[in-house]
Amino acid sequence: MTSFVFYLFAVAAVIGAVLCVVQRSAVASAMWLMSTMFSLAALFILLQAELLGILQILVYVGAVLVLFLFVVMLLNLDTVGRDMRGPAGTGAAIAIGGLLLVELIALWRYTPQRIADELAQAPNAMSAMMPTGSSVQAAVAERGVVGAIAAPMFQTYLIPFEITSLLLLTALVGAVVLAKRRI
Amino acid sequence: MAQPLFIGPSLALSAILFSIGVAGVLLRRNAIIVFMCVEIMLNAVNLAFIALAQLHGVGGQILVLFVMTVAAAEAAVGLAIILAIFRHRQSVDLKNINLLKG
Repeated sequence: MTSFVFYLFAVAAVIGAVLCVVQRSAVASAMWLMSTMFSLAALFILLQAELLGILQILVYVGAVLVLFLFVVMLLNLDTVGRDMRGPAGTGAAIAIGGLLLVELIALWRYTPQRIADELAQAPNAMSAMMPTGSSVQAAVAERGVVGAIAAPMFQTYLIPFEITSLLLLTALVGAVVLAKRRI
Repeated sequence: MAQPLFIGPSLALSAILFSIGVAGVLLRRNAIIVFMCVEIMLNAVNLAFIALAQLHGVGGQILVLFVMTVAAAEAAVGLAIILAIFRHRQSVDLKNINLLKG
């Protein structure tokens, strides 16, 4: 049953992504992108990341996608003509995408088990490359779904978190400066 | 304790989505749709992080939070740039944006 749900949402995500790329209208593209985001949110929840599934819907569907739709409608872009590249460009794009896919799938041979085995032979590399940490399940049992992420975020990852706030401030100022006609 | 679920299929799906995003960036000339394809790529990476976080602790999930923040900032600044370009050129077709081309 879980497998069925996983593959259902996986197929939905791929179909949404393909249609997002090939749709002519920008609004239709955004809607298919939304379908992909929703499917991915469902997959996140299935993969034991419940908080991130909710945040995916809040941040991507709720904020980023609405921003896209706002710009499409502000600029009245939905009436533009066909913007696909020519046959040569299309062939090149599909070839590059396919090549990348083959490369990424070729990594399949590196299963988590094999990586673990190889790292086990070099114990020093293991602690440096892959901190195993406590499992997500144990952390959730101890602190709850939100606390399992919040506690390390404000302890181990405090400095990256603060830098992120600076980044957001910079983006805020930058967006206003770029979009405003006269400051 | 639950076993880690679907790590292999998740990584395969992540690879497929990333490749679709790359193909979309190369295929389209509408700047806004190019941005959407970039978002697809970022989401594919998030999926890989979350799948592997089941094995290696919540660090991966926290990294996904940071990726989401950066994606939101990138969308805001990028769309502001598109607005500025549209104001100058009355177009968001990347064909017309070639000022820096040698």
